[in-house]
Amino acid sequence: MPMDVMTGNSAQAYGAKLARAEVVAAYPITPQTTVVEKLADLVASGEMKSQYIKVESEHSAMAACIAASATGARAYTATAAHGLALMHEMLIWAAGSRLPIVMGNINRAMAPPWSVWADYQDSIAERDTGWMQFYCQNNQEVLDTVIQAYKVAENHDILLPAMVMEDAFYLSHTFEPVDVPPQKDVDDFLPPYDPPIKLDVDNPVGLWALVPPDHYMEFRFKIAKAMEDSRKVIQEVDEEWEKKFGRSHGGLVERYRMEDADAAIIAAGTMSSTARVAVDNMRDKGKKVGLARLRVFRPFPYEEIRQIAKEVDSIGVLDRSYTFGHGGAFYTETAGALYQAPERPHVKNYVIGIGGRDIPPKEIEGILEKVLSKEDGGEVEWWGLRTSGSREVN
Amino acid sequence: MAKLTIPQEELMSSGHIGCLGCGATLAMRYLLKALGKRTMVTIPAGCIAIMSGIYPRSFLKVPLLDVAFETTAASASGIRAALDAKGIKDVYVVGFGGDGGTADIGIQALSGTAERGDNIIYVMYDNEAYMNTGIQRSSATPFGAWTTTTPVGTTGDFKKRPKKNMVEIMVAHDIPYAATASVSYPEDFVKKVQKAKDMDGTKFFHVFSPCPTGWRFSPEMTIQMGVLAYQTTVFPMYEVENGVYRVTKKPAKRKPVTEYLKLQGRFKHLDDETIEIIQKNVDKNWEMLLAKAEFTKKYAE
Amino acid sequence: MAKSVEDLPYIPLMSESSAVNKTGVWRVIRPIVNQEECNQCYTCWKFCPDVAIQIDEEGNILIDYDHCKGCGICEAVCPKNCIEMVKEE
Repeated sequence: MPMDVMTGNSAQAYGAKLARAEVVAAYPITPQTTVVEKLADLVASGEMKSQYIKVESEHSAMAACIAASATGARAYTATAAHGLALMHEMLIWAAGSRLPIVMGNINRAMAPPWSVWADYQDSIAERDTGWMQFYCQNNQEVLDTVIQAYKVAENHDILLPAMVMEDAFYLSHTFEPVDVPPQKDVDDFLPPYDPPIKLDVDNPVGLWALVPPDHYMEFRFKIAKAMEDSRKVIQEVDEEWEKKFGRSHGGLVERYRMEDADAAIIAAGTMSSTARVAVDNMRDKGKKVGLARLRVFRPFPYEEIRQIAKEVDSIGVLDRSYTFGHGGAFYTETAGALYQAPERPHVKNYVIGIGGRDIPPKEIEGILEKVLSKEDGGEVEWWGLRTSGSREVN
Repeated sequence: MAKLTIPQEELMSSGHIGCLGCGATLAMRYLLKALGKRTMVTIPAGCIAIMSGIYPRSFLKVPLLDVAFETTAASASGIRAALDAKGIKDVYVVGFGGDGGTADIGIQALSGTAERGDNIIYVMYDNEAYMNTGIQRSSATPFGAWTTTTPVGTTGDFKKRPKKNMVEIMVAHDIPYAATASVSYPEDFVKKVQKAKDMDGTKFFHVFSPCPTGWRFSPEMTIQMGVLAYQTTVFPMYEVENGVYRVTKKPAKRKPVTEYLKLQGRFKHLDDETIEIIQKNVDKNWEMLLAKAEFTKKYAE
Repeated sequence: MAKSVEDLPYIPLMSESSAVNKTGVWRVIRPIVNQEECNQCYTCWKFCPDVAIQIDEEGNILIDYDHCKGCGICEAVCPKNCIEMVKEE
């Protein structure tokens, strides 16, 4: 199997190319910039047959993707941080329109103060927009998930947009070996976009309308239902991918050394790769710990989380963002899911890696020790926060 | 039986919920007559967005895409890109926004579309204020006008800045065609649209669309209001093709602006001194327009 | 009639003509065309913002009272003064 070596951002671009995105509308922003540059190169060289709109803002990028998708074209864009925040209105518009747009988001901290480094506040803030959210841990997963995301999103029972996240710099600018599947195999996996309804002069309809209270609720319920149904489709698409391409990315939650574990951490993105090393080190010392990697945050995999709760006595949830007022979103959603679970283990939130602060394995080992000990010390802990009395951290 | 002076086919339906004497709907009606049924229209928030009434009704017989307030032009670009991707070349793509959606909140996206030269037709139906939300000032509200956010009061707090000149802004983007038009002169509007529709690039129309509700005049006077705006040259009729200005209709004798202003409640507070300021500004703009037409005609192909 | 969630399409689709809105009920004054005087110039047809004036096979002007809102533009623009606005009863 020939392997390429590429950055996460190239993996995004190749994912869009292999998915045969027909319209790209994007605006550069650090650290996403090399995605738009790579796409421009692919289009300019003729390798990628796309209409590429070099829009003047992210807001227009999403507006153009929405209109293109409503006209029956497969649409792709990518952004990060402030670009995503600027799109906010249009993200809700895309989901309300039931358009299966796929977007790369390179998770970056929000200003002020300016920061270009990894942090999930940007995408967590878009949790409620009606987009599916995938968080990737390596560049192979980025490429594969862009293609998988189209297959899920375009399923006629779903028809919702999807974000494919990668961590700023840890993936966006880091080279890793990536298997680029043959176009023919991707074509077999992902048929052309064929929406049930589109703008068409031969069948003229209007889209979206003014819906009074007697029907608005029903249309919102349909979005909720589609998001619920997407759990199964995400799982099936990942399984189909594994059959065809020989690798799975874990469906909604990827489990690592969870067999007979007493304690587990829940984490997402590149810190879960680090966590695997930490788990291995702890296991070497005879500590029964495991990792549950949150690959999908929307829809929230509450069943998988409840299953983990049955198996372990203590869970630590690692959040690379904070919802000012109470806890990180991964934590509050996990805790929310567990309230209805028959078994409720000890659960604590660790806020870590904010603004791209490095997370070496020994930090996660420290957390795992605390999780194992069910040490309390408050519900939420900012791990590694520099205080006047703190130990030296990295 | 006289010959019809504009196409007979109606691609806008009756039963829309525009106000009595609505100028904006006439702009839409004429536009679609000029373009025919192989046309797609994007509509942002504004009066025109609610014309269909409630779900599941549409006031257009062509595909219509409701879009967010500030995204009309970007949305039109997206439709065009999708049609290009599908190899569909014989469909006109229209962005149809009000003065608020165009000259204010949508100007960034419009500037982007025009600078890229995306092959779309953009129509600004200008009723000179945010009429759908109930007569708040826009950048296209003329000097001197009352609106609910320039309420005059006891301090004379009417709009103190002149109307933003959208045609000039669009001309500055070096687009192939920009023109004014008025719902009072449908033949002129239709002719301009038919002239420009197949030009490659962004085409811009600034359509004067009197609003009885917001301008405070009786609804039967909509057409007369456009005629007076033309005759006073408050709103002149011209086109700019590749930078070359041409006045497409010239009043035989310009009427004083008071004849236009005095019929509208929104100007009733104006004193003679302020009307004189308006007159001077209209005179200056008219002279400058004639000078531009004279100066640029040597560049006509 | 409000529809159930099962009977609604997955998106709100505008598939019905606005002509079902009978905007004629808004009208307080009604245009009456004097067909004897009318010379069929169609100025009224041209300027009707409500698409409520039709031309029949003989070329006569017909007012669509289901949709005419009674704005009075047709009366105002008629060069022959053969349209009269009268109070609705």
